[in-house]
Amino acid sequence: MRSDTITCESVAERLPQIMDGGGSPDPAIAGHVEACLRCQAELVQYRKLLRSLHQLRTEVLEPAPGTLTSIFASIEAAGERGAIRSILSGRRAAYVGGIAVATAAAGAAGALVLASRARRRSLRIAS
Amino acid sequence: MAPDMAGLVTAAKAGDRQAFEELVRATYTDAYTLAYRLTGNEEDASDVVQEAYLRAFKSLKRFRGDAQFSTWLYRIVANCAATALGKRAKNRHETLDDDAPLADLRPDYDPDARLDASVERERVTEALRELPDGLRQVVVLRDVYDLPHEAIAKELGISEAAAKVRLHRARRRLRERLFPLRGEEAARAV
Ligand SMILES: [Zn+2]
Repeated sequence: MRSDTITCESVAERLPQIMDGGGSPDPAIAGHVEACLRCQAELVQYRKLLRSLHQLRTEVLEPAPGTLTSIFASIEAAGERGAIRSILSGRRAAYVGGIAVATAAAGAAGALVLASRARRRSLRIAS
Repeated sequence: MAPDMAGLVTAAKAGDRQAFEELVRATYTDAYTLAYRLTGNEEDASDVVQEAYLRAFKSLKRFRGDAQFSTWLYRIVANCAATALGKRAKNRHETLDDDAPLADLRPDYDPDARLDASVERERVTEALRELPDGLRQVVVLRDVYDLPHEAIAKELGISEAAAKVRLHRARRRLRERLFPLRGEEAARAV
């Protein structure tokens, strides 16, 4: 094994890929890292980076107020267009058939409404 | 109390719009967070999340129960973000400049100091924001959200090989910026 051809620079090129796991790295690269403190240090830094990135997953950012209202408005508009298309094409509007299912889901929905900070709260309880 | 997601999905698929709205309520902060991480700004994130739910609403019938609703939604968000970022780059005549140098956020940062977790997250968030769009999207989807390479490539409209190249480039840049080696710090301090 000509491990003398492996430089820290060539290892540095490969480290971001080695962090993927899956498939053992080139034995020559592994041999170099085992013997090289600089490359070991770099590997440790990559591990820290991946840990930091993964921890971002637990953070939730708060959208601007009004985001939920805009989402609902665009769905509402799309729903109306869909209903009109259904009527024009002679199909039964899907929303009529959905009422029974809506009642079944009302338990979960009610709990959510109470927990929600949405502005449409009073409107939804009234409906 | 956690909502019964499977029940809501079933009801929404049957055409119950109220159930779909409850799904939105249960997931939209999460979807927005992903959209923000992908686009790097609030305005684009809001547009992307709105577009994503619209698309989800229209294609809900095609959603099969074998995947989690949130995973399905993340893929739609990723796809919408890629489209939005593509348009943004076109409008601003931006090039996909992967090699532009990054501004130094904290030249006095001491990597050995124990940092408060929120400060740490802020640094990582900022470093992600400063990455070129193409690199940011891949590293967020892979290393923050654990999406498989195949799904990432598909939603971004690139090959799996290209997705991997971008991922490795993004990791290297973030590593150099957030977790520099001693020699790299000295070089930057000059
Ligand atoms: Zn080395």
